[in-house]
Amino acid sequence: MAQTPYEVLGVKPDASADEIRTVYRKLAKQFHPDLNPGKPEAEERFKAVSAAYDLLSDPEKRARYDRGEIDESGAERPPRSYYRGYAEGAEGRKYQPEGEMDLGDLEDLFAAFGSAGRGRRGRGGEGFKARGGDRLFTLTVDFVEAATGSKKRLSLAPEQWLDVTIPPGIDDGQVLRLRGQGGPGFGGGPAGDALIEVHVTPHPLFRRDGDDIQIELPISLAEAVLGARVAVPTVTGPVTMTIPKGSDTGAKLRLRGKGIQRAKSPGDQYVTLKVVVGPSGDPELAAFLEKWAPQHPFDPRQGAPG
Amino acid sequence: MIVLEELLDRFAGLDRRELTRWVENRWVLPERRGETWVFHEIDVARVELIIEVRQEFAIDDEALSLVLGLLDQVYDLRRQLRRLCDALASQPPEIQAAVRRSLPPRDVQPD
Repeated sequence: MAQTPYEVLGVKPDASADEIRTVYRKLAKQFHPDLNPGKPEAEERFKAVSAAYDLLSDPEKRARYDRGEIDESGAERPPRSYYRGYAEGAEGRKYQPEGEMDLGDLEDLFAAFGSAGRGRRGRGGEGFKARGGDRLFTLTVDFVEAATGSKKRLSLAPEQWLDVTIPPGIDDGQVLRLRGQGGPGFGGGPAGDALIEVHVTPHPLFRRDGDDIQIELPISLAEAVLGARVAVPTVTGPVTMTIPKGSDTGAKLRLRGKGIQRAKSPGDQYVTLKVVVGPSGDPELAAFLEKWAPQHPFDPRQGAPG
Repeated sequence: MIVLEELLDRFAGLDRRELTRWVENRWVLPERRGETWVFHEIDVARVELIIEVRQEFAIDDEALSLVLGLLDQVYDLRRQLRRLCDALASQPPEIQAAVRRSLPPRDVQPD
């Protein structure tokens, strides 16, 4: 390799302009051909020293040389193409190690990183250490489980599971975080978390309204008129409820504490009554109403438009 | 794309015997064309890399074999990672966001 102009003059690359001038003058005197008539090698040195000084005494040229834009003779250098510019492209496959790696191998690869981390830690004590990755799961619970809370077992692999506590009142799409149940840490780092996205399936009767539950309860004409005690489904099992005499469709009854089973203050269940006449054309009922109705005129549409 | 003679011209100080040895060691993989070798751009860049590694880091042949082997693995990994990233980039935004959320933090925790 050719000497750098700094080497030719014997100065450091950070030498000041004054320093370079002083050195140049000294060397020029020492090797000037006319002062060294019997030494042909002096002429070579003189030429080299002059060329080096020519480059380094011009601040612009010196800066370009330092940046690698021109070589020691002052000639332009082509911009360098680095190997990595090619190696990551498709042409780099040419130098791929034996045995093509596939994306399927990434798992093995991450496992290998993990053991490398532990190995280094074992030897040196201050090795690479990192938190493990989080793992994502989804879990589906039914409406009642979501309202009362429950415990579910999530199967990760044969002989490997995760016990998940579903808190009462969990929302559809809510994510539970189980600390330390994710991927193992590297080199003694803490494990990642398990993130469990919970889906709640809708229920045919119950409808959620904040911490309360709404339900529509069909009752018979007789139950509506005479009142009754009927069994009503709730998220904690059926309960008996009293329907007051003369209840109408749309009447709303409350079952206290039968809503979302929050530990501190559970919600309520609201029961909306819906009177159902039943199989039409009951001859006895029809006969009774034919006598009864004319004596008890009642228009439920009174005041309503149309 | 240049032939062997042009390559030797370009890198003063690189001699033919040495380069032949590199090719025999499969460190550089030019294309054989008749009596000569043809070097593609990637091969030229690789030759330059080998020259520098040998000279500037004073690495001998045995260690160079190891260095090149490791480098090839690194670039193979990077190509695979790029494939993975490209595959991720083609996913819907919510999947990309979920993957981003589940990436463990990069920082190394102190003891």
